[in-house]
Formats: sequence, C-alpha cells, structure tokens
Amino acid sequence: MTIRVWFFARFREAAGVTAIDFEVPPGTTLAALWEMVQRRVPALGQESHPLMAINQAYARPEEVITPGSEVAYFPKVSGG
Amino acid sequence: MSADATTIAPYSHLGPEPIDARALEARVSGPGHGAIATFAGVVRDHHEGRRVRRLEYTAYEDMAGRVLAEIVDEAARRFGTPAIAVQHRLGALQVGETSVVVAAAAVHRREALAACAWVIDEVKARAPIWKKEFGDDGVFWIEGPGSCRASGTPAGTG
Repeated sequence: MTIRVWFFARFREAAGVTAIDFEVPPGTTLAALWEMVQRRVPALGQESHPLMAINQAYARPEEVITPGSEVAYFPKVSGG
Repeated sequence: MSADATTIAPYSHLGPEPIDARALEARVSGPGHGAIATFAGVVRDHHEGRRVRRLEYTAYEDMAGRVLAEIVDEAARRFGTPAIAVQHRLGALQVGETSVVVAAAAVHRREALAACAWVIDEVKARAPIWKKEFGDDGVFWIEGPGSCRASGTPAGTG
C-alpha cells in the first residue's frame, strides 16, 4: 500500500519537500516507516525521537499503519 | 443557572490574522459569568541569550486545528464552563505582536483563572505549531524547551 508521509517545521526543511509517498507492506509500524524515511532522507538520520501522528492524532511508534492513513513526523512543538 | 450556557460554546481558531483579545473576551462573556481570565502570549526580543527580531509560526494546520478544539472542549468539561476561547496566530510576527490569546469565563474567578492557565499549558505542550526565530545570531528552530540552528543559515544572517 502507498502511504503519504508529511513533514513539518525543521523536518520539512531537511526533507526539502512537504510529503513523500512510500510503498509499505501490511503491518508496517510508524517506527518501521520512520526508518524508511531516514534512509530516504539522510538529513533526518540523526533524529531518534520524532513526534508521530496518524490521521492527525498523536500515535506511538508501535502503532500499525492502515491503508489510507495520513502519517506525519515532526519535531517537538513550540507554539504559544 | 446561566442563561448563556446555551449560546456560549468552546471556541478555537488558528490563522494568520492578528488576534483581537477583546473579541475573544466578548465571545466568552455573559450575564452569568462573574470572571473572565485572559492570557496573551507576545513575541519578546530575546531567547536563550539571543537577540530576537521576529518569529515565524508554522503549523500542521489540520491537526493543530483539531488539537486546539480538543483542548477547549476538554477544558470546558474539566472546569465546568463552556466559555473557553483560544486563538493562535501563524506567519511572521514582530516583537510585541500577540501570538496567542486564551480567554476563559466562569461564575467565579478561581475556575476562570485555572481554565485559562490549563489551556495555554496544553496548547504549548500539544498543538503541532512551531516557532522559527530570526535574530542577530542567525535563524533557529525552537523545539520544545530547546532550539536548533536552521540548516543553510549561518550566524548573523537573521
């Protein structure tokens, strides 16, 4: 299945794009997809604890991605 | 025992337009509310010893909108008042400009003050919004309590 991965803030600058599509097997977790992201975007290779979201809600690294999900990775937040 | 409970609902907004704190206060005020607590976050001219000229706020807008809505709904339940409003600004802000306003009204001051403080704490902790700092020492991404020099932006180009 194809999953579109969105980046924000410094991660978006590092990736140079807003989103990248990944082809992933069923059962792929957020953590496993993050490793694929890091191989594709070496500038993110040192980021060990990104925040993760599925369908615009925070999610844990072990959460399994389902078809059609919107996935995002981003740094610690700093609004306010 | 408040006639306005039917018309006042939790409110949240995220966008580039300047924030009118008085308008948010008007949104939460009502004849049954004896207290309105308002918090305004303002861009200041220094951070971690650096001189700051401006901040640029960006967000995961769809998710941040949801999170802000969740926070005001949760505050309404937690503090027993629906009169909770938050607005967060995006884009380039100069020193002295308001980046976020929370207004919370309740029958008595204690609930209003507690709700206002809780909401701004939750916004800062949970909403996927980021500051990018432009100053005399360069350009930095602010991330949680820390900061990180933006790539391709050597010192002194802010």
